[in-house]
Amino acid sequence: MLGILGKKIGMSAIYDDSGNRIPVTIIEAGPCTVTAVRSTEINGYNAIQLGFGAVKEKSLTKPVLGDFKKKNLTPVRHLREFRVDSVAEYNIGDTIGANIFTEGEIIKVAGKSKGKGFQGVMRRHGFGGVGGTTHGQSDRLRAPGSIGASSYPSRVFPGQKMAGRMGNQRFTALNLQVVKIIEDKNIVLVKGAVPGAVNSIVELLKN
Amino acid sequence: MKSIYDFIPEEKREDFAEFNVGDRVRVHVRVIEGDKERLQPFEGDVISIKGGRENRSFTVRKISGGVGVERIFPFNTPKVAKVERIREGKVRRAKLYYLRELSGRAAKIKDKNLR
Repeated sequence: MLGILGKKIGMSAIYDDSGNRIPVTIIEAGPCTVTAVRSTEINGYNAIQLGFGAVKEKSLTKPVLGDFKKKNLTPVRHLREFRVDSVAEYNIGDTIGANIFTEGEIIKVAGKSKGKGFQGVMRRHGFGGVGGTTHGQSDRLRAPGSIGASSYPSRVFPGQKMAGRMGNQRFTALNLQVVKIIEDKNIVLVKGAVPGAVNSIVELLKN
Repeated sequence: MKSIYDFIPEEKREDFAEFNVGDRVRVHVRVIEGDKERLQPFEGDVISIKGGRENRSFTVRKISGGVGVERIFPFNTPKVAKVERIREGKVRRAKLYYLRELSGRAAKIKDKNLR
């Protein structure tokens, strides 16, 4: 699935011709450089590695820098592989920009969601809490309730939903419409929200 | 850090007259009836301008058949074809919500250019 790396700039809103207000996320998508090509013959799968974002040479390790030097590329901060059907049309050093998308297209956007810290089951898993405040109940409004039966099985099943760390995980937003593309600035406006904080790296994936 | 405003240019509407809170304006609203489009004027006093950039909007209040009617228009909406300023008002506040409590002569905004 071809995609591109981008940076979330923030949210805004634009109006369509009939006056509807469309909430959009502004993403700086590319320009990305093809930094490596993986093919079935050599690697067992077809993919291209894309690089995005300027970086100082001193903040890279020597092995990474050496790879860029060998390929005669400008060092980039973020590298990510994208599966493609055929690698024939890609060469190391090629630039891919926002123009791989068209206005109106439905895409996916993946990124790392904002960390929410340690959260209870109501927020983390959408539990309803233990209902009722009468009959002497005073301190279990947000509790998870029972986590299983008693003597059989005498244990809590794996995967039981409990409180814990929430967010800061890879998350993919599906069925987002590309509302507008500003090609010369490599800006893509996507309808709706996108995972992650402002300035975080997101992957825009073709469906 | 790049701001979202580096990418969304601020639109200056040519068809919007300059106006301020307290002014009497006529807003021409695009109304679609069937497959025909016509302009419907809405005339009243601007009682508030709020929001910034792409979210900026203004509220127009008029008395229609003895009932107060308010409409909120975003500055960027294509539904508003034109805004005309009819009269400049003399007011001392940025938001004229107090007009909702008043009626008749008390709810009248003084003309800035009189005397």
